[in-house]
Amino acid sequence: MSNEATLTTKEAETNERGERTRTGATYRPRVDILEHADELLLRADMPGVKAGEIDVRFEDGELTIRGPVAPRQNESAAYLLNEYGVGDFYRTFRVSEQIDATKIHAEYAGGVLTVHLPKTEAVKPRKIEVRA
Amino acid sequence: MMMSRLRGNGFAPLGQLRGEVDRLFEDFFGQGGNVGQVRGFPPVNVWEGEHELFAEAELPGLKNEDLEISVVGNELSIKGRRVDSAQEGTTYHRRERGAGEFVRVLRLPVEIDAERVQANLRDGVLTLTLPKAEKAKPRKINVATN
Repeated sequence: MSNEATLTTKEAETNERGERTRTGATYRPRVDILEHADELLLRADMPGVKAGEIDVRFEDGELTIRGPVAPRQNESAAYLLNEYGVGDFYRTFRVSEQIDATKIHAEYAGGVLTVHLPKTEAVKPRKIEVRA
Repeated sequence: MMMSRLRGNGFAPLGQLRGEVDRLFEDFFGQGGNVGQVRGFPPVNVWEGEHELFAEAELPGLKNEDLEISVVGNELSIKGRRVDSAQEGTTYHRRERGAGEFVRVLRLPVEIDAERVQANLRDGVLTLTLPKAEKAKPRKINVATN
């Protein structure tokens, strides 16, 4: 792998899960980051978010994904089993300059956010024709 | 499929609600070791209403057809698989999201009316409505007076 990669996560800034904020717990979504020939692909598990409320932002080489999640049960719910918490999703990534920021686009389906980060023309692999 | 070892008698204290993993073909947590066996996948929240129990699990990336839910007596089983979407030649820079098959069996403290169980999968959140069986519902007993 060349050193032009890519997306690095800023581990220090958010805890794995359950960081307290004023509005309740914030969770760091699990992600896959894949590389294809023409783009990087970020997939994030963000269940329970409404598509229209997801905030994907790119600024100063930093990609931020944020998904607000409203509580799904009353605070008074009598839990028999409580294995995970519910709260907003938030995570940031540093993106290398080889990404064409103007072409970043995203979709959300089934609780999974997919962000497409197209490579700039300069770094796309090219097949060079060899002339006889 | 593991069958119940302890058939509930309807008086199980809340603390005895148990979750167990029968099989976890791949570690859903993207880590080595037996993490999945400690807690099981998926994590589940269960809470109680007057006439039913509610169970919820986060299953992003699953479709209805990837899930199989069954209830027998007081045993709830959630079975499913998340498809690995990686293609040939894909390079992963980071891989935290698990893929593969899972089965989770939960023993609930009351018998469930299996016929009336409802399941809803929306935005990756599975919500189950589990009506208590008639015999499990509390009954007000009138005390006869002389």
